[in-house]
Amino acid sequence: MAIRLERQETVPPLGLIAAPLLALLFTLVVGAVMFVLLGHDPLRAFTIYFIEPLTDPWTLQELVVKACPLLLIGIGLSFCYRANRWNIGAEGQYVVGALFGSWLALATHGTDAGPWVLPAMLVLACIGGALWGLIPAFLRVRFGCSEILTSLMLVYVAQLGLDYLVRGPWKDPAGFNFPQSVTFDAVAVVPLLMEEGRMHAGILIALVAVAAATFVLGRTLIGYSIELGGSAPRAAAFAGFDERRVTYGVFAVSGALAGLAGIIEVAGPIGQMQPSISPGYGFTAIIAAMLGRLHPVGVLVASFVLALTYIGGEAAQISMRMPFDVTRVFQGTLLISILAADVLVRYRIRRVEGASHA
Amino acid sequence: MLDAAILGAVLASIVAAATILLLASLGELVAERAGTLNLGVEGMMIVGAAVGYATAYGSGSLILGTIAAVLAGAALSLVFAGLAIWLAANQVASGLATTILGLGIAGLIGSPFVGTRLDAAPALYIPGLSDLPLIGRVVFGQDAFVYLSLILLGVVAYGLARTRTGLVLRAVGESHVAAHALGHPVRKIRTLAVMFGGACAGLAGAQLSLSYTPFWASDMTAGRGWIALALVVFSAWKPMWLLAGAYLFGAVSILQLHVQGFGLGIPSQLLSALPYLATVGALVVISALKRGQGAPASLGVPFVPDR
Repeated sequence: MAIRLERQETVPPLGLIAAPLLALLFTLVVGAVMFVLLGHDPLRAFTIYFIEPLTDPWTLQELVVKACPLLLIGIGLSFCYRANRWNIGAEGQYVVGALFGSWLALATHGTDAGPWVLPAMLVLACIGGALWGLIPAFLRVRFGCSEILTSLMLVYVAQLGLDYLVRGPWKDPAGFNFPQSVTFDAVAVVPLLMEEGRMHAGILIALVAVAAATFVLGRTLIGYSIELGGSAPRAAAFAGFDERRVTYGVFAVSGALAGLAGIIEVAGPIGQMQPSISPGYGFTAIIAAMLGRLHPVGVLVASFVLALTYIGGEAAQISMRMPFDVTRVFQGTLLISILAADVLVRYRIRRVEGASHA
Repeated sequence: MLDAAILGAVLASIVAAATILLLASLGELVAERAGTLNLGVEGMMIVGAAVGYATAYGSGSLILGTIAAVLAGAALSLVFAGLAIWLAANQVASGLATTILGLGIAGLIGSPFVGTRLDAAPALYIPGLSDLPLIGRVVFGQDAFVYLSLILLGVVAYGLARTRTGLVLRAVGESHVAAHALGHPVRKIRTLAVMFGGACAGLAGAQLSLSYTPFWASDMTAGRGWIALALVVFSAWKPMWLLAGAYLFGAVSILQLHVQGFGLGIPSQLLSALPYLATVGALVVISALKRGQGAPASLGVPFVPDR
């Protein structure tokens, strides 16, 4: 007896929603086992991890703050993954975008530059992120290099560049030799949405991105060419869609959105340049894109789920002395569960009597 | 002025750095020749490093630590195998998931050991030979990982090219449909190849945390698993070329450290970025020259038997 997978011609619509929920449920079961292994009461751990952050107005705002970069990056990655282009270097594009935008903030620091500074920073960040993203795209189109490896290698390069700048030319001369820049001026800071808390206007930009991406991916020829190029490249070529243009396009979009996320984080919650500006948003956003089924609205929901793992992880670190790596285990398990649940939806699993070999 | 002792020490550390890459890329090469692209190398390597360190620290035995690391790497590779081979999920995403999970698990296992130290794995000492100037330490004064990696390289190169097992494995990687039609259990063979890759990555991790830097630090693999993946492409899937690639990259990563020590006024971050930039450069050169020749034809394609 063996197990056989049969591809289903049509995916039941219920399954499309059921799969991520199933994945979440499985992740929680694995989480319970992990908490027990770590010697914690799973019920108390779950309460601190997933329930308490949702009952406190301050942490609810933090949830939005953490979801914002995941959402922006995740939308961009959806463009790439739909086109079957594996950009896994969003973390690097995020850093380079932050560098481009911060350059203007520091160049205008202490001058009487007007409110044009922040919008210009956002534009610069998009350009920076897009340029960094276009490097692996160019290497793939021109030389046939795997974009997976090159985009990832460039993450390390970008992080080292950031490290050089904040420890060298960009270091605040009056900062007691701490590796950080001056605090950005008021015109270079993303405004807060409420008097109290840290929720900032970045989430509004992210929501605009959700609407725009939903339209482009779902209602335009560009979205169709991305989708077709990913699922049936030969058909796309016969239809006259240029594969190279799609590659450049999706990398530029995802790089720009990651760069935008970077500058919003630096000019928002952080407020200055420092050696570490991301707890791995660029990698976690990969999970957000997959969990959200590469649909902008889905990514919106998924970003909040993943933001909760960050907030819960911080809470558990403080109140239960749990290592922050618990969050990474959750995130990894979640991605594994989605991939497995996807198969359960797309294929029917049959037991086959007397199959000779698998 | 460089004297022979310093030069010998530099060369010896290049060999050690290269061995980590050689071990990990050797395992991945076998998995890829069977048709599976496992991007989980970084995760399996760091789990090997953490489990190896924890076991060696607890038991006091480096050998037990190494065995545990190998088993842990192979165990984590089963996550990838389950998703990518048995559930036919996307291989890129499955490998990424394996790496993310591995980094988390390794952090959990390693967290109690932050700040501790172990005695590094002992180096071979042959009276007379190991005392030879320059080559003594490089050739006769390494630890067991180095010699093991070279033996493993020979076994893999011979096994792939000259044995029936190797032939079947390559057939599965070139055309899983044909191999399946001939009655070879495609998914079982791929699972074993992936497990071999996991075991090798775990072994590389053990060398990292038990010999190369005998302490635990989170994220201590620092992208070596990804560089190992690039080396497989660089080698055009031929084991002997891995040796050249691994030693070249080992040399870049060690020499940039020494240049930093000289203080030539080059930003240290630029030098630290060299191994990553060199990886990109190597991929460009090899892709421009070969255009993907040598890659197993079924690499990355999931196999779903239709009957």
